[in-house]
Amino acid sequence: MAIEEKRLILKYADQEGYTNDIDCYIKHGGYEALKKGFQMKPEDICQEVLDSGVRGRGGAGFPAGMKWKFLDRKSGKPIYLICNADESEPGTFKDRQIIHKDPHQLIEGMLCSAYAIQAKLAFIYIRGEFFEGYKILERAIEEARAKNFLGDNILGSDYSCDIIVHRGAGAYICGEETGLIESLEGKRANPRIKPPYFPADLGLYQCPTIVNNVETLCDVKHVITMGSKEFANIGTPGNTGTRIWCVSGHVQKPGYYEFPCAGVTLGELIYDVCGGLLPGRKLKAVIPGGSSSKILRADERFKGKKKDGTEFDWGIEDIPMDFDSLSLVGSMSGSGGVIIMDDSTDMVEALANINYFYAHESCGQCTPCREGVPWMKKITSRMCSGGAREEDVDLLKSIADQIEGRTICAFGEAASWPVQSFIAKFKDEFEAKAKEQALLRKQGEDTAKETSLI
Amino acid sequence: MLEIKVTDTVTINVDGELAQVPKGVNVIEAMRVVGKEKEIPHYCYHPKLSVVGNCRMCLVEVGNPMRDRQTGEAILEENGEPKIGWAPKPVIGCATNVSEGMHVRTNTPNLIDCRNGVTEFLLINHPLDCPICDQAGECRLQEFSAEHGRGYSRFKEEKNVKPKRTRLGPRVTLDDERCILCSRCVRFSQEVAKDDVLGFVDRGTYSTLTCYPGKELSNNYSLNTVDICPVGALTSTDFRFKMRVWFLKRTHSICTESSVGANTEIWSREGKIYRITPRRNDAVNDTWMTDSGRGLFKEFESEDRLTSYSVDQVAKSLDDAVVATRALLEAGSVGVIGSAHSSVEEQYLLQKIIKQTDATCEMVQHIGEGDGLLLSEDRTPNLRGALINGLIKQLPERELGQLKASIEGVSIKTLLVFNQDLEQLGIDLGKLKESIQVIYFGNSKNTTSERAKVIFPSLSVFEKEGTFVNQNFILQKFKQAVLPPVGLMSECGVLKAILHELNNEAPENAMPFMDELWSEISENVEILKSVKWSAIPEEGFALEDASFASMNFVETQNLKYKPNLVSKTV
Repeated sequence: MAIEEKRLILKYADQEGYTNDIDCYIKHGGYEALKKGFQMKPEDICQEVLDSGVRGRGGAGFPAGMKWKFLDRKSGKPIYLICNADESEPGTFKDRQIIHKDPHQLIEGMLCSAYAIQAKLAFIYIRGEFFEGYKILERAIEEARAKNFLGDNILGSDYSCDIIVHRGAGAYICGEETGLIESLEGKRANPRIKPPYFPADLGLYQCPTIVNNVETLCDVKHVITMGSKEFANIGTPGNTGTRIWCVSGHVQKPGYYEFPCAGVTLGELIYDVCGGLLPGRKLKAVIPGGSSSKILRADERFKGKKKDGTEFDWGIEDIPMDFDSLSLVGSMSGSGGVIIMDDSTDMVEALANINYFYAHESCGQCTPCREGVPWMKKITSRMCSGGAREEDVDLLKSIADQIEGRTICAFGEAASWPVQSFIAKFKDEFEAKAKEQALLRKQGEDTAKETSLI
Repeated sequence: MLEIKVTDTVTINVDGELAQVPKGVNVIEAMRVVGKEKEIPHYCYHPKLSVVGNCRMCLVEVGNPMRDRQTGEAILEENGEPKIGWAPKPVIGCATNVSEGMHVRTNTPNLIDCRNGVTEFLLINHPLDCPICDQAGECRLQEFSAEHGRGYSRFKEEKNVKPKRTRLGPRVTLDDERCILCSRCVRFSQEVAKDDVLGFVDRGTYSTLTCYPGKELSNNYSLNTVDICPVGALTSTDFRFKMRVWFLKRTHSICTESSVGANTEIWSREGKIYRITPRRNDAVNDTWMTDSGRGLFKEFESEDRLTSYSVDQVAKSLDDAVVATRALLEAGSVGVIGSAHSSVEEQYLLQKIIKQTDATCEMVQHIGEGDGLLLSEDRTPNLRGALINGLIKQLPERELGQLKASIEGVSIKTLLVFNQDLEQLGIDLGKLKESIQVIYFGNSKNTTSERAKVIFPSLSVFEKEGTFVNQNFILQKFKQAVLPPVGLMSECGVLKAILHELNNEAPENAMPFMDELWSEISENVEILKSVKWSAIPEEGFALEDASFASMNFVETQNLKYKPNLVSKTV
């Protein structure tokens, strides 16, 4: 039995005949939310967004309305809105779909948000590799400007706001909001220290700034259209709205699927929505929210107490896909990149791959991340190329522990969580590999295995 | 007086003990006040630069008294003490400011683990070439490795390779493998030297410090980057591989390059100076000094240096020279060209001789271009001293005035010249009348010394002790770092000998020389009243400058000097 998607953000995106130009968008009810929003007071929109409970879709899941509330409005400095479209978390590909297939939805969502926070200027920081998306956005902005949905005196009101699309240069760290701001200012994307540089106080050009994910900003549009109450009815309390899950890995039908929060369990997502694993394969592990979230082992039992006091006892297939449930099982929903691994996966190689990525992307500013992450990468690469030692497992764990929580930005956690969780859950495999290679070395045989590792 | 103004203090709790610290300072500075500086090591933080917090060495645990969200009242523990809400993660001390009631922990197992972790990380790609590294002995990484290091390496992989000898500029050489990317040098160039030439290229563990393409670190403050480099990455091309720092003796001194009077430290061994570095003084030079001021000691290593007293160009003993001088001075009609390069003591004694012989004294300005930072327009260290001593009443002009006319008109018989070349003062020695006798105090051979009847070689600032008064009327002491050439006495000693000879006195040595001299100076010079030599503090002593407020000094605004604009406009 296939489970029906409930699409909100990607409602029209894949419909036949739906194009990404403005006429098609307006025909499908586009820019009505903007018109409705401009009838409201900005602070009322902020309240609506707060009441809707919409949480950030970029990774941390922080309530968007709360973020807006932190804005420093007393300083008298201009306020900026930035859309974080630097989608680079491995396993995530939702923002690109929105930008490619429905760019006007993002623009409308941004303008609603910009009006709500009374931003002077809005930016879209788009990942450098999304060149097609950049062109689409540029065209969409011109179309919207021609119809006075953006620019001076939007819809005849006295509010003016423009959107500038800025292309990144291909660095993962630019997805970190203060790194993004530095990059947007034209500097090296070194994340800033917090305190004192909280974007809501001292963001872009040291002015109050809001940075939101693409999907979050689209949600704002729907909050205005539907009203906060109706929006909050989707999903469960505290986990409102829909989420786009980007499923990749060893499933029959990888892709993006939109469901209300908690509207689907991990098992349903894998077996019903994505058509299950490849024939003859068994589920081994799942990374539920992009490569930096902690891995879940297929034969684990997750027990504990929910916030409301009810107890839960889930197998991996029973985990409801929402913010809170995934953090209850010790991982996170992150950016929604669900990576499925079947029993053909070598966990050491999988971790080596992830470590390679983080070592490559560390900005190099602060010591633990700059030195620790490449060290972990060197160890896992060596383990894959035949030099595994039994003590490597504990060493890896110890290095990861030395990084976590001691860095300038959350990259330190992002890089150490995979190592910590892989070792916590698959220690046996790491040790087995070391033993096997030690034996081969003793017998004078080649320990290196052919891998597709980059 | 130089006092750090502590307007407000807050009470914080450090590892369970209460302490009073200045309000608003960061935790590192607060720990300095408390005397727990060692508990909170750091690399990237520098008190005179912006905070970036990238070394992660100064992590501490902090907590603040909890308050009720609604009422704003403090939440108390059962025992009545305020309940402390500890931050969930350790925070960096450099970017955390103290506030009333804050609790700081510096020594929990977690923090020790943090510091050990950072130390291990910094060492894994470090070349560990201390045996050939110039920084050894004054290296933060070396010190902290001893204290927070593991003692053995868990790193079995290959180390990163980076350039070992990059020429950043004429005076600075970079070893990238030793660099810990603290960015102190980058921030210094941007924020203090205002010459933005340094930056990082490449990413992550391959990040490399370098100059921007087509630029080099050639400004006059480039060697400060070497001083503030916590490791051996930036090295002075001049000092590189010359000497181990632990063999060097450190002597406090004052830079004589300009009236700024930067506080310095002379590093010497066995009578040879190896380098000069700045010494922190927040009222004078912060922690910086010019590159040009660091090279001044080399002038005294020249072949031209005068090394013996002489009369009629024949080497004589000091006594003979003094007797000859007495004869010249007693002949009357003495003209004196004083010097703002002389110390306060020398100027005082010279002033005494002038009074006694009824001589006329003039001085000339030595000016150059100021850089608005630590090189002022007035290129003498002690012009203010000459004013205080009464050696001159007005600011000197660019050229000699009345005295020059007197010299050319042969109305003076004896000319006593201090530290200058007459030729450079516009006096044509070829035309100088035979009848004028010259007594010369100077460092090296020049046209004046060739013409002089009596020569008293003077000592460099490194070879004697004394005081200067800088642009802000701060009296600063310099000490003797190296011994003078054999047989030479300081100018103070020479001038004193001349005075004794003039008065037919026998020299008395009841007290150490400087103390004795200063007890006399403080009696006779109004502004220096009650100053004792031994009581002049290391950081200097601000003098009363109201009586000079109307003078138009040549200095324009620099790091610690604001010209008196009111008097300029009048």
